[in-house]
Amino acid sequence: MEFLHFHPETDFKLLLAVPLLPLAGYIIQIFFGRFLPRKGDWLLTLGMFATMCITLLMLAKAIYHANSGDGHGGAFWHHSSEAGMTWSWLFQVSEQPFSPLNLTVGILYDGLGAAMLAVVGVVSFFVHLFSMGYMKGDHRYHIFFANISLFTVAMLGLVLSDNILFLFVFWEVMGLMSYLLIGHFSHDPKSPRITHAAAACKKAFLTTRIGDCCLFIGFMMFYLHYQTFSFEGLWQATTQDVMQNGWQSWHNTAGLFLFGGTVGKSAQFPLHIWLPDAMEGPTPVSAMIHAATMVAAGVFLLGRLYPVLSPDVLVVVTGVGALTAIFAATIGMTVFDIKGVLAYSTISQLGFMVAAIGTGGLGLVAGLFHMVTHAFFKACLFLSAGSVIHGCHHEQDMRKMGGLRKKMPVTFVCMLVCTLAIAGIPLFSGFYSKDKIVQSALMTNELGGSWASAFAGIALPLAASITAFYMFRLIFMTFFGKPKDEHVHDHAHESPLPMTIALSCLAFLGMVGGQFWLANGDVMGSHPTWFEGILGIHHDYTDLSGLYPGVELQNTYVGLEAGHVEEVAHHAHSSAVVMSLIVAVLGILLATITYWRKIIDPAKFTATIAPIYRLVLNKYWIDEFANKTVIRLTVVLAKVLKAFDEYVVDGIVLTVGRINKALGFIHAWFDKTVVDGLVNLVGGLSNTFGAALRLFQTGRIQQYVSFAVGGGLLTAAWLILS
Amino acid sequence: MALGAYVAVSAALFALGLVAIAARRNILYVLFGIEMILNAANINFVAFNRFNGDGMDGRMFAIFVIILAAAEAAVALAIVLNVYHLFGSTKPSDADLLRE
Repeated sequence: MEFLHFHPETDFKLLLAVPLLPLAGYIIQIFFGRFLPRKGDWLLTLGMFATMCITLLMLAKAIYHANSGDGHGGAFWHHSSEAGMTWSWLFQVSEQPFSPLNLTVGILYDGLGAAMLAVVGVVSFFVHLFSMGYMKGDHRYHIFFANISLFTVAMLGLVLSDNILFLFVFWEVMGLMSYLLIGHFSHDPKSPRITHAAAACKKAFLTTRIGDCCLFIGFMMFYLHYQTFSFEGLWQATTQDVMQNGWQSWHNTAGLFLFGGTVGKSAQFPLHIWLPDAMEGPTPVSAMIHAATMVAAGVFLLGRLYPVLSPDVLVVVTGVGALTAIFAATIGMTVFDIKGVLAYSTISQLGFMVAAIGTGGLGLVAGLFHMVTHAFFKACLFLSAGSVIHGCHHEQDMRKMGGLRKKMPVTFVCMLVCTLAIAGIPLFSGFYSKDKIVQSALMTNELGGSWASAFAGIALPLAASITAFYMFRLIFMTFFGKPKDEHVHDHAHESPLPMTIALSCLAFLGMVGGQFWLANGDVMGSHPTWFEGILGIHHDYTDLSGLYPGVELQNTYVGLEAGHVEEVAHHAHSSAVVMSLIVAVLGILLATITYWRKIIDPAKFTATIAPIYRLVLNKYWIDEFANKTVIRLTVVLAKVLKAFDEYVVDGIVLTVGRINKALGFIHAWFDKTVVDGLVNLVGGLSNTFGAALRLFQTGRIQQYVSFAVGGGLLTAAWLILS
Repeated sequence: MALGAYVAVSAALFALGLVAIAARRNILYVLFGIEMILNAANINFVAFNRFNGDGMDGRMFAIFVIILAAAEAAVALAIVLNVYHLFGSTKPSDADLLRE
């Protein structure tokens, strides 16, 4: 198994190829895509296949490392400086190698990066494959492929960045590609939702921009204090500073700003409003960008920056995450658009991850793990929804579906598997990660948590139950029962082969993505999963040195005895497993009796709680609230500024203009009369004298002689007389 | 006879020649005026040589002037002919191209 050892010399070259391969594909595609056969989709898909293979090989190396030596192989942690691959970027102002102005860029490849890189590679490849079927006949087919390819480049680059500045660069590229892809149909004059797409991409771009600004402010604050952008430098500097001086107030401010980036990108309350609208994009885009990868980047960012977040910030993180989880889940129950359900489900699941990371320690691992498992099953769910939409000729309303189980068997099975995964049924990946999230919330409470973890301890299991409910509601409304719209049902058909292959593979990953895969793992014990294995974390959750080597965390289990934490974790684990199971089964049962067996009529039930139902159906009026407050405030402010511009700034400019004009008139008058007068006077005088002198110039030689004689005589007379 | 008489004759001759140049309406008379002025000069040369000099210088100048006058007359008559061809007239006031 020699080839599964990590060799920095060769492997960092491969890792460098990971983003460069799709980038090369993008460049070819954007310039020549339309001239290639099949508009170049095979080229990018093959390129993505190669990329996926590299990422999987790299992940295999990480897992092999974790498995070797009884699973205690130490941290899997590599930086490209081991292979002499660092690049100096932007400045070379100072001669000194460690000057803060010399920004070096390298590749950071650790357990978290390995997992995320493989997720991105796999999901991207299958989305490319799926798009070959789904986007067939689109009038900007080659541009679509170029865009998702560039998006993949940015996401891979983000995962591999070893410093926050480069992460931010890729973060922004992803924002741009998200914007372009949500608005994909806004360029199609035949699309019925052309204006919706245009509005949605604008909304997504502007909303996430708020978060991006926060993120930028946050890391620049850290840069001002510690003069470094690199993650490792930030961790070291912060923990050492905190060890000496404790957490300072600016840590809280900067940490909240950093978290703002996550709130924007990962669609957390209150900036979640862009994600449901982003469903105007093509479904493969929703699967990749708005479910599996880009929105997970915010969670990934939290994972990367965890050591610099102060405990106070983490409380806010937990609170916001838990609120988002429960709040989006309730909305998910009322939505009828099949993609809308999944959009709110995504927001809710991202809330789970964020809340878990906020609880720290075990929660951090659980949140990141959920990010990985969620990527597989949510991508599969979205692609299945895409397959359903494709099969039903772009019908998205679940009330018009039903009974599709027989018409689309592959899609049905894939979607069911992933629904079981998201609902948290044992043996499916989602169970393992969600169980750990619930465990972390309970455990933090027991260790003396905050108001936020107490809230999370109630909200997260409840949200998990609601998740199971609305996901099975989706399954029953779409695939079971009698067809509600004969026309849609008659024309429904299973999707073509590339789409079903992509679905099946992702569904398989959604099923087994959370399992143990480790030599010493057993099914129900508290042994580490493969993910914890590559993070170098085993039983002892107080020790996160696998994730952040050499960093003494100042925000996790500070002052607690490791044995005590272990005991509590073990205790919380048993309750969490039971609780997760109960809530999942409850949710599924409720969905079954409501939407399959029809024992409860949902219409009657909603009528009895009409005010609450209306509140949820209208998404708690967050959009309206934002329209009335933030947007109106912005508009009013803009109007005030416009008035200021018009009356004050323009007034000053106009007054200056008027004064100038008046001065100009005076100037012109002076010019015309005095200056021109002088010039004309000189000219006139010359003219007059010339005219006078002309009289003597007759051309008559005799006259000239007479003048000469006369002159001579006069001179003589004057000489004689004087 | 005193020098003054000669100079007086010369001056009168010069004045007459000048008047002829300035006032006559025929270009040939103008030429005559020029000849008169040259001869007024000749009288002066000879007279001053006779009364003040002891050599032949003045008389030699007079002979030169006569020769020059002959040459000048030849040139001047050629000019007169051309003027007549050009303007169709022998009136000096018609040849006023110098005005231009």
